[in-house]
Amino acid sequence: MTASVERVLPAGPATSARHPLFIATGSVVAAGTMLMFGMLAVWFKFRDASPLRVGKNGKMIHDWLPADLKIPEVATNTLAITMVIAAIMGQWAVYSAKRKDSQHTTLALFITGMVGVAAINAQVAIYKQMGAVLADGAYQTMFYAITGTMLFLLCTGVAFSLVAAFRVLGGRVTDRAVVTAHAMYWYFLTTAFTAMWFVVYVQK
Amino acid sequence: MTTVNLPSSVGVEATVNSGSLGAVGTWLTTTDHKRIGRLFIGTAALWLLAFVGVGVLLGFERIDSKAFTLNEGMMTQLFAASKTLATYGVMIPLMLGLAIALVPTQVGSRALMFARNAMLGYCLWAIGSSLVVASLLANGGPGGGEAKMVDLYLLGLALLIVGVLAASVSVIATVISARTAGTDLADVSTFSWSALIGATSLVLTLPVTLGTLIYVAVDHHYTRIAFGGNVGISKWLGWSMTQPQTFLYIIPAVGILAELAPVVARKAQPLRGGVFVGIGLISVALLGSVTQNVHGLAWTGTIVDKAKSFVPYALFNLLPILGIVVVLGLALIALKSDSIKMISPFIPAFLGGGMILTAMLGNAVQLISSANLSGTVFEEGVLIYISYGSVLVAWAGVAYWGPTLWGRMLPAKAVVGIGALGFIGTVLAALPMLIAGFADQQSDSVKDFDYSGPAKLWNGVSTIGHALFALCVIVGIAAAIKSFATGERVSGNPWVDGGAQ
Repeated sequence: MTASVERVLPAGPATSARHPLFIATGSVVAAGTMLMFGMLAVWFKFRDASPLRVGKNGKMIHDWLPADLKIPEVATNTLAITMVIAAIMGQWAVYSAKRKDSQHTTLALFITGMVGVAAINAQVAIYKQMGAVLADGAYQTMFYAITGTMLFLLCTGVAFSLVAAFRVLGGRVTDRAVVTAHAMYWYFLTTAFTAMWFVVYVQK
Repeated sequence: MTTVNLPSSVGVEATVNSGSLGAVGTWLTTTDHKRIGRLFIGTAALWLLAFVGVGVLLGFERIDSKAFTLNEGMMTQLFAASKTLATYGVMIPLMLGLAIALVPTQVGSRALMFARNAMLGYCLWAIGSSLVVASLLANGGPGGGEAKMVDLYLLGLALLIVGVLAASVSVIATVISARTAGTDLADVSTFSWSALIGATSLVLTLPVTLGTLIYVAVDHHYTRIAFGGNVGISKWLGWSMTQPQTFLYIIPAVGILAELAPVVARKAQPLRGGVFVGIGLISVALLGSVTQNVHGLAWTGTIVDKAKSFVPYALFNLLPILGIVVVLGLALIALKSDSIKMISPFIPAFLGGGMILTAMLGNAVQLISSANLSGTVFEEGVLIYISYGSVLVAWAGVAYWGPTLWGRMLPAKAVVGIGALGFIGTVLAALPMLIAGFADQQSDSVKDFDYSGPAKLWNGVSTIGHALFALCVIVGIAAAIKSFATGERVSGNPWVDGGAQ
């Protein structure tokens, strides 16, 4: 038995996967981008199909946003800036992880998560200030559908930040893959939100 | 190509549980890619039975357009079930299951990347598809009368899409990042390449469906103003269950055909790069899909009008055809060999590939506006061709890789016989629909079609075709279960080493 085992070639080295988390997160980001931009495309379609009316400046505009609804611009713009800050914090975590600086990496990840929570809070505040009732019409339905989807994605971002932070806190400082993937995910969230912010809150 | 064929104990948790409950628990928490793949394939086989059964029922109802066995509401749900099951219940999971089971071994990886994610994907898909079927049975699909069941249908559809996406991400990560050191992407097998292209296509198109689905679901649950309520579901989500989107679902099937041809020829594919390009060309269909629109050919007006119509039509409908023609052509070139030795799985793969090509050509004809085939059963015929064709190729894949997945062989006679029977069933089920389409028989309807042609003959023959395919599926499942439980044990690659035929 021993002799037969000795004649067998030893097993090859275990395959070391190259950046699997980065690839997987990239795929998720691609899927998320298609999700949000697909929803924005449908939004455009409905807005373009809405009837025309005379706006305040005398120009013809699409009668899409109901006249009794006001977008709270301060809150929405603050939310947009908050998202940019979250992405910067995510990149700070990568910067710190490269230097094996666990304290700043952990701090940056927790701050990213907290900024994400702040963004969620801001979105809820926008809902309250607008006071739109979901069942009131097509605009309200689509508004809650698209912003609600973005809100869900934000929640996943916060969860990702917490998981990454606790991993670093647990001593896995050299494992930069999670921190890099986390930053990429927040870049995606910021980009997707910015597109949504411009279409839904700025262009209305 | 590097292959690693490890025993299924690698990556599998210790099987300390005993008894049936323990076995179920082990299967449901497995991280073994072969088991996850087999779960996808096995569950898809069940939905395949349901899908073919629906085909038989609808065909039977159509034989006489004046007499009905089932009520109208049930008819609407059966048509919805046919499309939903064909795409999300059969084509996608069959191909995805084969990819999950085989890709790690083909790229030289010991495990599937993010195997738990893939398993979660399977669970979500299985639960989602079960909810979809349950809601359809309770009059809750597109156009369904039970509002709560319609909500359930949309929830189920969302769950299964998320599940498919999760599993697709694992396939992509495995092909891209888990290849053996020194193996380029150009060195992977044609099936792994097609699995990568297919999974990427799903990741890029299904989220668009999901986004629209969210709108439709919220609208249906709360207002039913913007998206047309239950009737609007088909309008807004129907594109994901028809051509050219379905071309993306069967990309791995083309990869299976491309992989088997060199095995038959007993020589390497001389133009591997061309095969890769051909498979990639099919994925061009995704550009057409994400526009959520049908790009037909209207050959009227000025030359500019014609060009405006022709360019998107050709890009989204003809380029995928070019892709499969390239793959089939190169497969035939590979077969120009003196050392050909036929293997049984090649027969159903070749026949199934032919059916898929026929479906693509049929789709191109259907979209020519002057042919007036829009809204006729011609479209149903095309869907039958592509779905049954992909099943035939999947059957070939199961037979070819059975030794890898189960360690046992399927008998050659059963593989060829069922493949040939399935081919006859497919042609009988689909071809009469194409002919009836030219006679203006309306799609998604079992009544009030009256044309000068022999309507009863076309619909009767189609029903026989569905019944034949149903028989083929039942026999195929039985043969697979028997062979993979008690069949001849093999090790290594029997198609090359042992000279199996």
